[in-house]
Amino acid sequence: MIRRFALLLLLVGAAFANTGEALKAGVLSPSLAAPELALHGSDGKPLNLARFRGKVVLLAFGFSNCSEVCPITLATLAGARRKLASAAAGVQVVYVTVDPERDDAAQMRKFLGSFDATFVGGVGTRAEIDAAQKSYGISSKKNINADGSYTIGHSSSIYMIDRAGRLRAVMPYGHSVDDFVHDLTILLRG
Amino acid sequence: MRRAWHISLPLLVALLVALSWAGFAPIRVSSHEELFEIPRGTYARRAAGNPVEILPSRLRLTLGLNDVLLLRNRDDVPQVFGPTIMMPGQEFRLPFEQAASYQFACTAHASGQMTIVVEPEPVMPWSRIHWRARQWWEKRSR
Repeated sequence: MIRRFALLLLLVGAAFANTGEALKAGVLSPSLAAPELALHGSDGKPLNLARFRGKVVLLAFGFSNCSEVCPITLATLAGARRKLASAAAGVQVVYVTVDPERDDAAQMRKFLGSFDATFVGGVGTRAEIDAAQKSYGISSKKNINADGSYTIGHSSSIYMIDRAGRLRAVMPYGHSVDDFVHDLTILLRG
Repeated sequence: MRRAWHISLPLLVALLVALSWAGFAPIRVSSHEELFEIPRGTYARRAAGNPVEILPSRLRLTLGLNDVLLLRNRDDVPQVFGPTIMMPGQEFRLPFEQAASYQFACTAHASGQMTIVVEPEPVMPWSRIHWRARQWWEKRSR
């Protein structure tokens, strides 16, 4: 009897958990399998999303010489992981370069490591990066400066991929640490 | 003179009643969602050289009223619509909680850009009158 009652409570709780709180991010429905990546990780391993199945993946695109958008995004994601404390073990940040000419694995490791040592960068050839960008609808445009140096304007949304590898939501640039913690808490619950 | 006054007084009273209602009555909306769809065949029409403009390049939302953007891709190909890529048949529901101007890339636009202006909730009488008047005008001009 007690077991049945406990089971009932669990089912009711699960129903509320699924229909309850809304995400702060934009939600995709139906949620489909996230496009797979075929890149090289800054940790020296092949980079694909299957590696992180069972974790919530935050996927974003940028480059290590970025002085505006990327440092803010990465600091926010690092802040969210700190705030999640032990639950952060279930969150993996993947940051793919849009500047394969300058960003190699070592450069991305150094850049991302200054925010959070667990962040993994994605690098590859121009063709490999283009394929990854295309599958997520990422645009990027090189802006050449007068001295010949360049910056890159790029899409700045953060893709939220659930534990089962489905692309669930997209957080536009500019959201706070608390917004990420809010959504990650929901996604980590399953 | 007296006759003119007889005519204009009821009009003035009616105007004051209408303005009072528009300024003080709470605004009720049936849904917080503002729906925009990419119809089937949009990509093909554009590829054939036909200009297709489904959305205004500038969307206006209001906090507390219509503050959720609902994008729907009815086309046969993926579309980058706002801040995300959407597969055929997918919807993207994006809530806004801060009044600001948001710039997004958007392949559904010929310009490739979309601006979403999110305005604060109209709580003061004048802002409610302004909001209602604009809604009425936009509905009329559609």
